[in-house]
Amino acid sequence: MEFGPHLLLATLEGAIGAAVLALMAVGLSIVFGIMRVVNVAHGEFYMLGAVIAWWITSLIGGHPAYGFVVALIVAPLLVGAIAALADHLVLRRIDYDPERTIVATIGLLYVLQQLTLMTFGADARPVEAPFNKRIALPWFENGADGFAMYWPWGLSTTTYKLAVIAAAVVVLIGLWLLMTRTRAGLIMRATQLNRDMALAHGIPVEKVYALVFGLGAAIAALAAVLIVPIQQAHYLMGGDPLLLSFIVVIIGGLGSIPGTIVAAILIGMSDGIISVFFSPTLAKILATLLVAFVLIFRPQGLFGKRES
Amino acid sequence: MTLLSTRGLTKQYAGLTAVNNVDFSLPQGQIRAIIGPNGAGKSTFVGMLSGKIISTSGTVTFNGKDVTELPAHKRIGLGMAYTFQITSIFSNLSVHENVALAARRVNQKTDSISVNQRVADALDRVNLSDRHEQIAGDLSYGHQRLLEIAMGLAQSPSLFILDEPTQGLSAEEIESFITLMKSLAGDTTILLIEHNMDVVMATADLITVLNFGEVLAEGTPQEIRANDDVQAAYLGIANA
Amino acid sequence: MSTSSNTKLKALGLHLSIIAVLAVSFLVLPEYHSGIIARVLILAIYAMGYNLLFGYTGLLSLGHALFFASGMYGLGLAMQYLNAPPLVGLIAGLGFAAFVSAVIGFLALRTTGVAFMIVTLMFAQAGYLTILLMGEYTRGDEGFVIKQSQRMIAGFDLSHATNRYFVSVFLFGFCLLIIGWIVQSGFGKTLVAIRENEERARMLGYNVQLHKWIAVVISGTMSGAAGAAYALLFGYVGGTFATVQYSIFPLLYVLLGGAGTTIGPLIGALFMFYLIDISSEFTSAYLLVAGVALILLTLFAPQGIAGMLRKRVIRWLP
Repeated sequence: MEFGPHLLLATLEGAIGAAVLALMAVGLSIVFGIMRVVNVAHGEFYMLGAVIAWWITSLIGGHPAYGFVVALIVAPLLVGAIAALADHLVLRRIDYDPERTIVATIGLLYVLQQLTLMTFGADARPVEAPFNKRIALPWFENGADGFAMYWPWGLSTTTYKLAVIAAAVVVLIGLWLLMTRTRAGLIMRATQLNRDMALAHGIPVEKVYALVFGLGAAIAALAAVLIVPIQQAHYLMGGDPLLLSFIVVIIGGLGSIPGTIVAAILIGMSDGIISVFFSPTLAKILATLLVAFVLIFRPQGLFGKRES
Repeated sequence: MTLLSTRGLTKQYAGLTAVNNVDFSLPQGQIRAIIGPNGAGKSTFVGMLSGKIISTSGTVTFNGKDVTELPAHKRIGLGMAYTFQITSIFSNLSVHENVALAARRVNQKTDSISVNQRVADALDRVNLSDRHEQIAGDLSYGHQRLLEIAMGLAQSPSLFILDEPTQGLSAEEIESFITLMKSLAGDTTILLIEHNMDVVMATADLITVLNFGEVLAEGTPQEIRANDDVQAAYLGIANA
Repeated sequence: MSTSSNTKLKALGLHLSIIAVLAVSFLVLPEYHSGIIARVLILAIYAMGYNLLFGYTGLLSLGHALFFASGMYGLGLAMQYLNAPPLVGLIAGLGFAAFVSAVIGFLALRTTGVAFMIVTLMFAQAGYLTILLMGEYTRGDEGFVIKQSQRMIAGFDLSHATNRYFVSVFLFGFCLLIIGWIVQSGFGKTLVAIRENEERARMLGYNVQLHKWIAVVISGTMSGAAGAAYALLFGYVGGTFATVQYSIFPLLYVLLGGAGTTIGPLIGALFMFYLIDISSEFTSAYLLVAGVALILLTLFAPQGIAGMLRKRVIRWLP
């Protein structure tokens, strides 16, 4: 393939990565923004979403779309409930102390991952996409007979991949409406601004925290259900997305949702594009170093404004 | 001889001027009190002297040396000591260790007296000598204030800055605090932020009045008592 | 004043007794267990290094595997490709770990709290990925073996079980005495002061940043020493030792044994190693134990075993 079509293909793959990453990262960012804690087990909630999706689709027969739709609803709910339970049993009891929360969620990471290994096993398992029609893509060339359109071999995507991008956009818009236009969002933002004040105004902060923690995990699980027909479910699949969403959240500015989305698109696209042309390991090294240096020299994130 | 002076010292917080263009001079050996209504910029001002707060503009000269650019720990190393307005001790460590931490820093430069001797002396002067092994956080609030003063004493400072030291002390403890300050006079230069006017009148050689971040008046206790501006801004309200 | 020198003597006595007990244990331990103890002692050195920073200075790093691996690869690469003798390899390992921790400390200490945790995590991850990237020399996750013929010091075979045991006891004892000495020195007490109340320590005239940096360098170098010793005694160098998991292990050991105590790291490493060893006989998901332990410790026993001993029974515990 020539450079142009190759780049278009890489961009498309990058856009899928960016869409899923944006969901993952927004989940992490909401939790950090409102509760001021870093959830290291976020990647495992993602993994659980994928594994539960596999489990549900393998239970329900018939057209793959049936199982998938059920998974799309049940997996986030189930994972959200598990997360809310973890919040209730663990985080609440250590009073959301930032450092102890990190240690506890590292523990949670191992527990979820190893329990999945014990039950689900070490194999990667596929989930069939509800629909999956191949779409060939055209490319333009300014050849001898002027400007012409043609279909390069290998330049294609699928309806499902495009649907993933669309679904991610819809969910993100939905979240934005939830946070800015609803009473629930107002309560969450009030809790974020001042926990004690919220308590004084009769907001049940503990419940809000459990719900927020559950919501963050549910979003990760949803992202996983969307991606699992493309990627397969595996008990170790949470590691890379966790790292990437850390990168995104930090570069976008901790707790800032618009910044997070911009960063997700930037990182997701460039990860896809860089990985096609360069060694993915080198890309990851550069990305992790970028996070470290952003935290050291621009802790408000690349897009955030410095607080004076 | 002037031990400490400032020129045009200013602190702005996001558009709000807390301390405005203060020229200040403190001779060696003096006990100086800084008074003023709440929010007059007293704590900010002494915070800038010790380096705890970074000034927006102006200079601080200590012992003939421009220390404006020096970080707090270096200024302390030059012979300042600073006690916090809100008690700041090592609550999980013993009383002895709290003071020893102050003393050890001094002994890094001169160990003419042992650390333990310094600790014993300092705790003795604030009447805490029977509490060496107690955990500092278990002390009563008043005793914690005294411990904080003992930490300052153990540093053998040439300039001792105390931010509201008598807040929360009993009448008896305040009495011995006044005695302590008088016993330090001469060797140690003292800069005192104080709300308790009895303490100020009993100890201070000279008083500086801050109001809205500026020096409103400066003079002996008698002069300040007689100053109409001060009466209006501060004492009048306090005495009313 | 007699109390403090008294405490120092008691602490020294405690440390020497532990070393003596470890040395004598060899006579009664079955071979399988003496092999495990040798490994545990090296990991305890790692945890002691970690503890100086986490337990005493109050800085929670999630990236110490980088320092462990620096020591390991410093020694391993020098021996493998430059044919360095063991002692030169050890110096290379220590030197490299010291250098890496000096640089990382300088950068990471511009942050505090959660940001410090993430920055150290990211640097360690970058280090691990670099090991993978340079797979041609490092052999990546697969690692490489240091030949037995190279692991000899003047005819003394380090791969022999008996020798290996006593060398581990010697190295562990040496590090324990160093740590014991550091934490009872003025420097160590200043670190504790920084942990307890950084602002107050600064306003007593201590250069807080410098103290923290020195703590990172000592901590990183000791972790590197453990990595180098591990490679030398067990003859294996590999990328797995640079993974996040190996940054979590010392945290786990120290939390379990007791943060900010000299004997906590040994207690924690011993318990945890056996716990994982036993559970790995039953399931491949043996890390479940680590996860459960982390959660339970955070919830119910943040002081760890030695921390509780100090609070309830032995007040003078260093």
